[in-house]
Amino acid sequence: MGMDMKTLYLIVPLAPLAGAIIAGLFGRTIGRAGAHTVTIAGVATAFIASILIFQDVLAGNTFNGPVYTWLTSGDLRLEIGFLIDPLTALMMLVVTFVSLCVHVYTIGYMADDPGYQRFFSYIALFTFAMLMLVMSNNFLQLFFGWEAVGLVSYLLIGFWYTRESAIYANLKAFLVNRVGDLGFLLGIGLIWVHFGTLDYAEVFQKAPQLAQQSISLIQGHPWELMTVVCILLFIGAMGKSAQFPLHVWLPDSMEGPTPISALIHAATMVTAGIFMVARMSPLFELSDTALSFVLVIGAITALFMGFLGMVQNDIKRVVAYSTLSQLGYMTVALGVSAYSVAIFHLMTHAFFKALLFLAAGSVIIGMHHDQDIRNMGGLRKYMPITWLTLLIGSLALIGTPGLSGFFSKDSIILATYAADLPGAGFAAFAVTAGVFVTAFYSFRMYFLVFHGPERFRNAHVGHDQEGGKDDDAHHGRHHGGHSPPRESPWVVTVPLILLAIPSIYAGWAYIEPMLFGGFFGAAIFVNHAAHPAMQHLAEHFHGAGAMVLHGLVSLPFWLAVAGVATAWYLYLVRRDLPEKIRRKAGILYTILERKYGFDAFNDWFFAGGARLLGGRLWRWGDVFAIDGVLVNGTARAVGRLAAVVRSLQTGYIYHYAFAMIIGVALLVTWFVD
Amino acid sequence: MLEGIGILSLTIWVPIVAGVLLLVLGSDDRRADGTRALALIGALLGFAVAIPLWTGFDKTTSAMQFVERTAWIPAFNIHYHLGVDGISMPFVLLNSFTTVLVVLAGWVVIREKVAQYMAAFLIQSGLLNGVFAALDGVLFYVFFEAMLIPLYLIIGVWGGPNRVYAAIKFFLYTLLGSLLMLVAVLYLYFESGGSFDILAWHRLPLSMAAQVLLFVAFFFAFAVKVPMWPVHTWLPDAHTEAPTGGSVVLAAITLKVGAYGFVRFVLPIVPDAAHELAWLMVTLSLVAIVYIGLVALVQSDMKRLIAYSSIAHMGFVTLGFFIFNPLGIEGGLVQMVSHGFVSGALFLCVGVLYDRLHSRQIADYGGVVNTMPKFAAFMMLFAMANAGLPGTSGFIGEFMVILGTVEVNFWWALAAGLTLIFGAAYTLWMYKRVIFGPVANPQVAALKDIDGREFLILALLAVCVLALGVYPLPLTEVMHASVNHLLEHVSHSKLVY
Repeated sequence: MGMDMKTLYLIVPLAPLAGAIIAGLFGRTIGRAGAHTVTIAGVATAFIASILIFQDVLAGNTFNGPVYTWLTSGDLRLEIGFLIDPLTALMMLVVTFVSLCVHVYTIGYMADDPGYQRFFSYIALFTFAMLMLVMSNNFLQLFFGWEAVGLVSYLLIGFWYTRESAIYANLKAFLVNRVGDLGFLLGIGLIWVHFGTLDYAEVFQKAPQLAQQSISLIQGHPWELMTVVCILLFIGAMGKSAQFPLHVWLPDSMEGPTPISALIHAATMVTAGIFMVARMSPLFELSDTALSFVLVIGAITALFMGFLGMVQNDIKRVVAYSTLSQLGYMTVALGVSAYSVAIFHLMTHAFFKALLFLAAGSVIIGMHHDQDIRNMGGLRKYMPITWLTLLIGSLALIGTPGLSGFFSKDSIILATYAADLPGAGFAAFAVTAGVFVTAFYSFRMYFLVFHGPERFRNAHVGHDQEGGKDDDAHHGRHHGGHSPPRESPWVVTVPLILLAIPSIYAGWAYIEPMLFGGFFGAAIFVNHAAHPAMQHLAEHFHGAGAMVLHGLVSLPFWLAVAGVATAWYLYLVRRDLPEKIRRKAGILYTILERKYGFDAFNDWFFAGGARLLGGRLWRWGDVFAIDGVLVNGTARAVGRLAAVVRSLQTGYIYHYAFAMIIGVALLVTWFVD
Repeated sequence: MLEGIGILSLTIWVPIVAGVLLLVLGSDDRRADGTRALALIGALLGFAVAIPLWTGFDKTTSAMQFVERTAWIPAFNIHYHLGVDGISMPFVLLNSFTTVLVVLAGWVVIREKVAQYMAAFLIQSGLLNGVFAALDGVLFYVFFEAMLIPLYLIIGVWGGPNRVYAAIKFFLYTLLGSLLMLVAVLYLYFESGGSFDILAWHRLPLSMAAQVLLFVAFFFAFAVKVPMWPVHTWLPDAHTEAPTGGSVVLAAITLKVGAYGFVRFVLPIVPDAAHELAWLMVTLSLVAIVYIGLVALVQSDMKRLIAYSSIAHMGFVTLGFFIFNPLGIEGGLVQMVSHGFVSGALFLCVGVLYDRLHSRQIADYGGVVNTMPKFAAFMMLFAMANAGLPGTSGFIGEFMVILGTVEVNFWWALAAGLTLIFGAAYTLWMYKRVIFGPVANPQVAALKDIDGREFLILALLAVCVLALGVYPLPLTEVMHASVNHLLEHVSHSKLVY
């Protein structure tokens, strides 16, 4: 490990940061071209450096060391430092690659936006923060990156800050994430107290000795330390990776511009929780209870968020619920100790989901920023590249044998079948049923957008209602009826193609080394004796080709086919049926449409409750009890006393003299004993 | 020329002399520009003379440094005794720095009695440095009481419409505390055999009963200043009525005096009572964090909201002090410094808006970012710092105190940690309503973005907030020796039976 590698590590996060600072502070001076040039240069530098580092790691070189000491206090020493191992190197590659694609795409997508430079500054800043998060070698820096990506997410969801829905959504996202962060921070606190360090390597080293330790947070109820720590850490992951019941912020985050939905709310930031749990595998492996908890939360998210995707009419929201569901799949993989499978799915998902979002964005551009899929149809012949790439992304997502999503998702399903933790049965059902749901909502969207009649020609139905969150106000466009859509410019389509390539081949090419070839090495720890899922997978794996052949005769594949067929039948053949079903379903449909009532409940109970409580405490506590009775009461009493004094004496001098006499009397009483 | 005058004396007397000069020379508002220049020179000089405290500070010792000691009133063994350690030194610097900012902040806004206004701040700055540097009980008491006079005047003369009520309320609260503290100081004088030396009091053995009574006396004096719940209600009123500069000094420095009193007097002088009554302090601190956090949420006046936020943030300081571990105490001290930057900056931000629209009501704003983008960016940074975002100074103190608290009691840490949610909620909700959204009304549409002077002030604070957030080590290094010594001292009982 020479000095040169350490410099290279530093370049990875700092190059995007430099781009962000230049574009942010001097955006007006350097202009639009300057802003995108400097940020793209920064991210491209980081990408190239990541490739070099990845190759270096493949050659067996890892690194764990500090950059500088942030703070010391008592025995605590907090450092900013890097841990470069296969897990980190892979994440760096995924983050910088998707980020680079999104940067280029943004040139086209945000072309007319007055906040162009600001946008580039934000996404470059995000890239910096995300890299700091994945490259960290300690919990403090992890938390730093964790909150910093949250900040940029907040800024970007509210990017169009004049829209009430956007600035509501970004506040909501920040606060819901803070709930998770509270758990995360307390988990870090317990680690500091019981391990005496926040450095990963030291914590992992000490973990086995503390496996049996219990703590009594409630007197007389000892809990396993590891269970408490892991569940607290996972609560942080539930916020960031939008797991039930902290998932509520992610659909609303679609208020932000589409490029960030792809980068932040699909490919990278929302997978930070998944990455974190995988990174903490030496801790999670010590608590079956925590793993069961992870498993069940993931399963609920995977299935029930998928249901919601079936009734969405906003193209971005369909993809958003799909993201929630897929994050649930990754979480399930974590729960059954198939960490490498979770990271594998994280990677393939990053490619095909970023592709789906960017393709959806391309559709939105073509539709003049109308997002309601009911207003689309027949776009295939107008936007051929977008059509083909979105189709590839959808096929990858639903697990078409041979494409990337098939390998990662089927591995999750198989691993779940092999698990025997409490909750594994439910999880196995959820991830299997989820396949049908995924296929249905994906191809419902696909058929409505690209096939069938060209509905965009006849006015726009329900354009300003729930579906089409239009941002034309920001683009200064107004449109009566839609003119036929056109294919997007090359800066938009090239990233689509670039992302379509790994969406096709990444599964086939990488499943063997990543899951069974020991790629992760010591970065991921699994107690195979207690959690046999990975071993089970390995025993049944006979190469990617055999897996594809086997996939063609397995249940998930036919569930996916059934999902596509159902969508085809309902939305292309019998287009009158969905409306009838909707009327028949009644309450069931309403429940889905209201997203199980979480938003309404949170608004009423938490937001409303806090305001009500705050108001009561203020009026009854501060204004009435303290000010009204105590302070002003004392003032009145002093006033009356003064009046008495004044009636005996005259003038203020005596007032003070009186006070002095009382004071002296008190002193005398005090000391004479 | 300055041979023989110590650095600490300079930090006290340079601003005071400058203030007096202003009063003598600048009573004519028609020559206000000269007055302002003189005030700025005085403030800059005051800051300049304080810099050697940082550069010449010996981090390895817990002993008092830059000590000056001369007899003042020999008859009562009262000394002009100054000195700073790692606990007090940062506050002298913070105060001297803040004075420069408030002089700049009042530059064009204050048009009447300019000399008196500037003089009040300069004199107050000197007196506050005196509070942090005094090592003699009487000297401390004199500075402690005297610093309030300029503040009364600032609120009373340049304040808002309801200033009389605010001033009287403040006076009532303070009077009670001050009298009790005087009693305590005199008791310690007699008990120590006729010494007002604070460091000697640190070593003075005391019975539990005496310690508890002294604790109560000091508690009232300092808790009002912090302020702790439930003696906090003067602060929102004082803040709303004070002019911007007054609010800045009040939040950035004056509140710190109360917290400083706890570490300089209560912990070392009555350690056994402090341990015995720690539950009370912790409870009041947690109430401040949770209760006040909720109360801040429903405020409709920006200054009142930030005032409540100040109380909640100061709750972390007192919480940290009374969990008796290095993380807690250093975290509390860091939080004090950070709060000086962040709350000062937020009050300046409200001042920027108030100077333009003459309203502090959140409802009168909306969509300010459309007309004041630079201002919005600064305020975003300070709002995030107030919400404790890592990378800003606001994170460090809270993080350290929460870590320190987990060590003592998990549920206390959970309660304190609620500030992660509440702090973000009240700060960012206010930001959303004031800054984001479409332009709310013609007044907002006509707003002009910050000028060079305002930019300079906010940029200076932004640099401080970020520098401390990214690299806090230099600050905590300064504190280590003194904090470790304090903890060591506090861990020994000084009971006599």
